[in-house]
Amino acid sequence: MEQLYGIFLYTVFLLTMGGIYAVLTLGLNIQWGFTGLFNAGVAGFFAIGAYTTAIVTTAASERHLGGLGLPPAAGIVAAMVASSIIAWGVGRMCIRLRADYLAIATLGIAEILRLVLKNEVWATNGPRGISVIPKPFEHLAEPWNQIAMLLLVVAVVAVLYVLLERVWHSPWGRVMAAIRENEAAARAAGKDVERLRIVAFILGGALMGLGGALMAHHIKFIELQAAEPITATFLVWVMLVVGGSANNRGAIVGAVLIWTLWSAAEILITGLPPEWAVKAAYLRIFLVGLALQFILQRFPDGIFRERRLRTVSSPSIKEHSPCRKCC
Amino acid sequence: MIEFLNFYLIPGFVLGSVYALGAVGVTLTFGILRFANFAHGETMTLGAFIALSLASFSGWHPFAVLPFAMALTAAAVVGMDRLFFRPLRHRSTIILVISSFGLMLMVRSLVQLIWGAKLRSFTQGIEIPWVLFDSLRVFPKHVAIVCAAIGLMLAVHLLLVRTRAGKAMRAMADSPDLARLTGINTERVILTTWIVGGGLAAAAGVFLAYDTHVESQLGFKLLLPIFAAALLGGIGRPYGAMAGGLVIGLIEELSTYPWIGSEAVVSPGYKTGIAFAIMVVLLIWRPSGLFRGRVFQS
Repeated sequence: MEQLYGIFLYTVFLLTMGGIYAVLTLGLNIQWGFTGLFNAGVAGFFAIGAYTTAIVTTAASERHLGGLGLPPAAGIVAAMVASSIIAWGVGRMCIRLRADYLAIATLGIAEILRLVLKNEVWATNGPRGISVIPKPFEHLAEPWNQIAMLLLVVAVVAVLYVLLERVWHSPWGRVMAAIRENEAAARAAGKDVERLRIVAFILGGALMGLGGALMAHHIKFIELQAAEPITATFLVWVMLVVGGSANNRGAIVGAVLIWTLWSAAEILITGLPPEWAVKAAYLRIFLVGLALQFILQRFPDGIFRERRLRTVSSPSIKEHSPCRKCC
Repeated sequence: MIEFLNFYLIPGFVLGSVYALGAVGVTLTFGILRFANFAHGETMTLGAFIALSLASFSGWHPFAVLPFAMALTAAAVVGMDRLFFRPLRHRSTIILVISSFGLMLMVRSLVQLIWGAKLRSFTQGIEIPWVLFDSLRVFPKHVAIVCAAIGLMLAVHLLLVRTRAGKAMRAMADSPDLARLTGINTERVILTTWIVGGGLAAAAGVFLAYDTHVESQLGFKLLLPIFAAALLGGIGRPYGAMAGGLVIGLIEELSTYPWIGSEAVVSPGYKTGIAFAIMVVLLIWRPSGLFRGRVFQS
């Protein structure tokens, strides 16, 4: 019974993490899936969100900036605002770049950000990170606080899903698809491509910041290694590609599926003797990479295809577009 | 002044030649296959570890095993192309970028799986430098690295200018469709590109490992400076990439020199950020690079 209870708590913890990854994947889906913006710096926006909320909500400490001791809700809002501002800045600078160049630029910016977080010890406590971040529902009794956190994350994902579905089916969503499919045509139709792209980049960045903040509150601790930049970014990309880009349901399913596989492998690994455990951890990344290649080659649409919008005058956009070069 | 030469300028040249060799590979694949290969940094790590194993197995000098390491790495890169890039070649180039992003993690984890995550180096102990003019200290290994790098770059130059394969590569970089129409076997050009890029990457990795050490994270640390160098030189321009590599290497080393007063201009903690910053600024203000390379539109 004791053991079952432990497994139950662990499952709740993992599901919460999966939900947080779904938020990140939905964020990337706005940027890449809807708009075709290749953001290779997901971990950077994640870190901004996590550190912002950590600084805003923790009690005063000599080791890092902060001491405002605000409630987590305020921290989450601050995290989204901070990551939106950074996304706005990055978007203003880089949005005109072609996809490859945008990928390199965002990766570079995320690395500069990581250096800042590592070196500005007065604000971030450097490599040691910030601990004792308050968790929502902490005052509740043992299983209920975990369950309440899970429900909170599930609610956040559900609200985001409904909102993003509405956005995607709105005229705005159609313009985004038009820009992604044929930028020149969208421009010729009088759409302000740069501005729309920046808005999409900011929306995606805000969701990544939200994901980072939720993660910081969930595990109560944030440090640089916790979000190893490339692995975090890579995982979110794999989640989106496997689930199916430009499909919100795909983003959520991909996130939960990949996260389940990832943590199932983690459980298997911890059962191994230490010298094998290290090797198995490397093998896990290798296999996730292999899975990505397999999906890219064999199932380019992912699990859920993009649902094309139907209107009365044009039966299907697909028939009208000569090729689908962008994705 | 002599301190400047010993601790900043000479290391800058050594790092610069390593970057230059890596950047040539990136710029060739970008120019001919039209995508930014994120796995290129890991190719350098792979080459260095292959050389390390060969050297410890045979007991030879790193430079003696270099040709074999270059050949094996080139073969590995050709294998990666066959398995992961060729099936995606008819798709949009951005899919290739995602694929290379995944391949980067795959190669790294494979390297960690085989060789572990510990620091490794070719030589134990400290090499005694030659002392010139009483105070100028030059390490023999630095001279060897810079000379070998110059030799390899000359070889690339001769390949591009004097051989049919090189001519075909330049033609394809200019226009793949036109190259195909004139009867150039584009798959063969791609094969040559991977062999040259992979070989040079291995050489760069070995040189860096010979100068300092090699570890599994090395590739990612090199990736952004190499992209920066390729962009600085103008994408698709091998000579630009060479110059760009040298410039980035020098700037990185010289940025910590106390130019004004006694403090380093840039705090050493941000040294690696310099290359990224240059790159981001270049991408935004002058994506064609200093040498007027091409800006590919999708």
